[in-house]
Amino acid sequence: MALELIGVSKEVGARTHIAPTSLVLEKGTMNVLLGPTLSGKTSLMRLMAGLDVPTAGRIIWDGKDVTGMRVQDRKVAMVYQQFINYPSISVYDNIASPLRLQRKSKAEIDSAVRATAEMMKLTPLLQRKPLELSGGQQQRCALARALVKGAGLVLLDEPLANLDYKLREELRTEIPKIFEASGAIFVYATTEPEEALLLGGNTATLWEGRVTQFGPTPLVYRQPKDATTARVFSDPPMNFLPVTKAGARLLFGEGQNAPAGGTFAGIPDGRYLAGFRANHIEIARPGTPAGGALEFRCTLAVTEITGSETFVHLDHGGDRWVGLLPGVQDYVAGDELTIRLDPAFVYVFGEDGALVASAPYAAAA
Amino acid sequence: MDKPVNNKAWFLVLPVLVLVAFSAVIPLMTVVNYSVQDTFGNNVFFWAGLEWFEQALSSSRLHDALLRQILFSVIILAIQVPLGIFVALNMPKRGFWASLCLVLMALPLLIPWNVVGTIWQIFGRVDIGLLGYTLDKLGINYNYTANAIDAWVTVIVMDVWHWTSLVALLCYAGLQSIPDAYYQAAKIDQASRWKVFRYIELPKMQGVLLIAILLRFMDSFMIYTEPFVVTGGGPGNATTFLSIDLVKMAIGQFDLGPAAAFSIMYFLVIMLISWVFYTVMTNLDKREEMQ
Amino acid sequence: MAKITLSNLAHSYVPQPKGPQDFALKEMDHVWEDGASYALLGSSGCGKTTLLNIISGLLRPSQGRVLFGDRDVTDAPTAERNIAQVFQFPVVYDTMTVRDNLAFPLRNRGMDADYIRQRVQAIAQMIGMEAVLDRKARGLTADAKQKISLGRGMVRQDVNAILFDEPLTVIDPHMKWELRTQLKSLHREFNHTMIYVTHDQTEALTFAEKVVVMYDGRVVQIGTAQELFETPAHTFVGYFIGSPGMNLLDARIEGNVAHIEGSVVPLGAGYGPVSGRTQIGIRPEFVRLSASEGLPVKLRRVEDVGRHKIVRAEFFGREINIIADEGAEIGADMTRVTFRPERISVYADDWRVAPAGQLGEAA
Repeated sequence: MALELIGVSKEVGARTHIAPTSLVLEKGTMNVLLGPTLSGKTSLMRLMAGLDVPTAGRIIWDGKDVTGMRVQDRKVAMVYQQFINYPSISVYDNIASPLRLQRKSKAEIDSAVRATAEMMKLTPLLQRKPLELSGGQQQRCALARALVKGAGLVLLDEPLANLDYKLREELRTEIPKIFEASGAIFVYATTEPEEALLLGGNTATLWEGRVTQFGPTPLVYRQPKDATTARVFSDPPMNFLPVTKAGARLLFGEGQNAPAGGTFAGIPDGRYLAGFRANHIEIARPGTPAGGALEFRCTLAVTEITGSETFVHLDHGGDRWVGLLPGVQDYVAGDELTIRLDPAFVYVFGEDGALVASAPYAAAA
Repeated sequence: MDKPVNNKAWFLVLPVLVLVAFSAVIPLMTVVNYSVQDTFGNNVFFWAGLEWFEQALSSSRLHDALLRQILFSVIILAIQVPLGIFVALNMPKRGFWASLCLVLMALPLLIPWNVVGTIWQIFGRVDIGLLGYTLDKLGINYNYTANAIDAWVTVIVMDVWHWTSLVALLCYAGLQSIPDAYYQAAKIDQASRWKVFRYIELPKMQGVLLIAILLRFMDSFMIYTEPFVVTGGGPGNATTFLSIDLVKMAIGQFDLGPAAAFSIMYFLVIMLISWVFYTVMTNLDKREEMQ
Repeated sequence: MAKITLSNLAHSYVPQPKGPQDFALKEMDHVWEDGASYALLGSSGCGKTTLLNIISGLLRPSQGRVLFGDRDVTDAPTAERNIAQVFQFPVVYDTMTVRDNLAFPLRNRGMDADYIRQRVQAIAQMIGMEAVLDRKARGLTADAKQKISLGRGMVRQDVNAILFDEPLTVIDPHMKWELRTQLKSLHREFNHTMIYVTHDQTEALTFAEKVVVMYDGRVVQIGTAQELFETPAHTFVGYFIGSPGMNLLDARIEGNVAHIEGSVVPLGAGYGPVSGRTQIGIRPEFVRLSASEGLPVKLRRVEDVGRHKIVRAEFFGREINIIADEGAEIGADMTRVTFRPERISVYADDWRVAPAGQLGEAA
């Protein structure tokens, strides 16, 4: 059983909401749609659910073409960013409502409701009304209603975005557990790379209505196919600088160069764009050898300390870079810093943005 | 299961089409039919062509009624819209008093038209009406059955009393949708009361205000019952608005042909003005959106 | 500009509060230093928005005074307090242009036209909206509108304080970075007193010089990001700061060791007698997996967060989280954990206990 999108696109007037997209979502998988606001996550979900009819392409569900089929006739459940529950009936009745529509027997309903409530930690709250619950509990109730339906496709559209940070953290770890137990296809839209990584499964990165890459989440993170995917899947954003391949060496700005071995060996000579993530930057301590690392002189613009880590915002000849350093670093804005970067963490992109060589560390992993 | 978009849904619209045909299209066609024929009774009709239309267009009686009608609608809008906004702005936002206000304001809207007319007809009488009697005792020479100005004032005050609540309630709904943060921000920005109205409240009310103006315009342009009950179109023809004139013509004089031609033009004028109104207002909205 | 003093302040939404449970904000004394940046951090319902509204004058406290400099403003309306505030959702004047929006607070105060022009230009440059100055605000995206709100908050130079009420809620992660750094540079440049309310620890810790952690209507700790991370004064701070939060284990403290479920864990310092419910707290960053030494655990799951891994393990029914390097190999035989002794904090009834020989930090 699978949900298959074949060349599905959606145009509204002259605007393309979704460029032709082909995806196969297998049964029992978690699929994350990752992209900024207005990148097409919700549009794509609406097409999957059958709330919108695609302009072109076909949608195959379980071997059957369901392209024009209404959402009511499909087994789909959806959870939104807003906490949507029936306000005038109890949590129990909320969870039971989809089953009552399916005309299940009383005993069946009761056991299913109690099992789902247990899973979502709602058992003590079953007799309350949704508005008497906290935001986290309300969203749990909405999730329970989606799960109890036994839908083959569960669509979650930024379900945690309106919750407190800490609650989000907790529910994020709970959701993969729930999903392991249910066996449905889960589709989860989010703007946050870290959320995608925590949920695991597969990730499709979206940019301007286009799926730029789809694959297992850690793979998409470590081996992005192009600069756009890398940018979407990095928080803080990925850092870039121009690089030239000349013979056996890669030449970076300021006369820095590295041997073009490993994944870099096969690149034809020419100009490229190098990308690297914030957490792979180190600050050079005076007197320690560079040891093959590239060195760049930067001016510190802003430091942000989270206690466990320090974000340094660097100005490198007009380019803005972000570095993520462990622990607390007491640099002051305006400081001149030398940063070090191991070439093993460098991705090389062509001028069209396509990946030319993956970072050696990621290719090895 | 291959199930693309199907056309069965059109059958579901059929009952509505039939209903509309019976309630609107067929009567309208009857009127069209009358408007191009002449009759001397006994169901004998003669083809009259566009004669009635020409006659109506050149009739000074119609022109006068139209002018009166436009003047009335303009005055009504000029009073009711600002007054409605003013009332809405000064209504309590929440709590017991808000509910009480809403109920009181809704009351006039619930009274049947002819009853409103009757109420004011009695209210304004010098012999037994509270208003008329009081004015008379104050030494003001007030008599809506004899004086054209008095008749106009009475009809306008009556309409304002009857319908300002509608404008106020619609505006109130628009105001309620403004988040508190806007008012807080305005306080912090030291915006004056006028600026709060001009830049926060008015833009947020724009949509409902458009609907209110449209509704009030159409209603006032078609006003019939209340002035008919109060003044019967008089004194003289002073408050003979279009619809009163039309009824006089059709029922009073049994000039079916001219009356039918007149109604069609009346209908077209209302449609035209409403359409212009709507287009101008929505375009205004869109242009701002685009900028 | 002025320092803000809260004296003996408390607030209840109930007219006749009967006990501490009726207070949304429990009694507090606090001074907000002139020119510093603060974050008020806590989960929803902890009283942080109540506190902000009291400072801005939208709410009158049921007890205590608010002073701006030496002036008592407890009863002064918002407009008189000379503050700026940025709200959770963008508040822009839709029918005005971006330029008029930014100029609005200055024009209302009758500032000189030349000054306004120059000020608006400077702010527009800072928020990156020079190109759209003459567009109507109505058609802009939520991001852009919120930038206007921020700009309007910054445009006056003489404000006593700028208050932010979760201003980045509607902003995309990528844009958050940009706006946050802009706010920081603006603070450095103009030295306004800034108070920033949020439930997002990253925002709070990275934005503010001092973070005020609130829990259940009370301030539980005020400190720098480093202090909150390294020495949380209350178990709530340990849990709330850091992701995942601090690991807490029930323990019996004896001098410089802790006894946990039959194992002995060395502590970085000696402690006197500790009473009440005693726990030790250790951040996941300071826990190491080992095959041979430490407390026995069951590995539950490994989460790859990109820049590092989070290992979820279980110790006698309690979850223990461990942060491991991006490239770390986690073998099935690594079923023991060790704690860095000097990073362990001791708690009695949820409050931190200072090691013997130091001044008491516990409340």
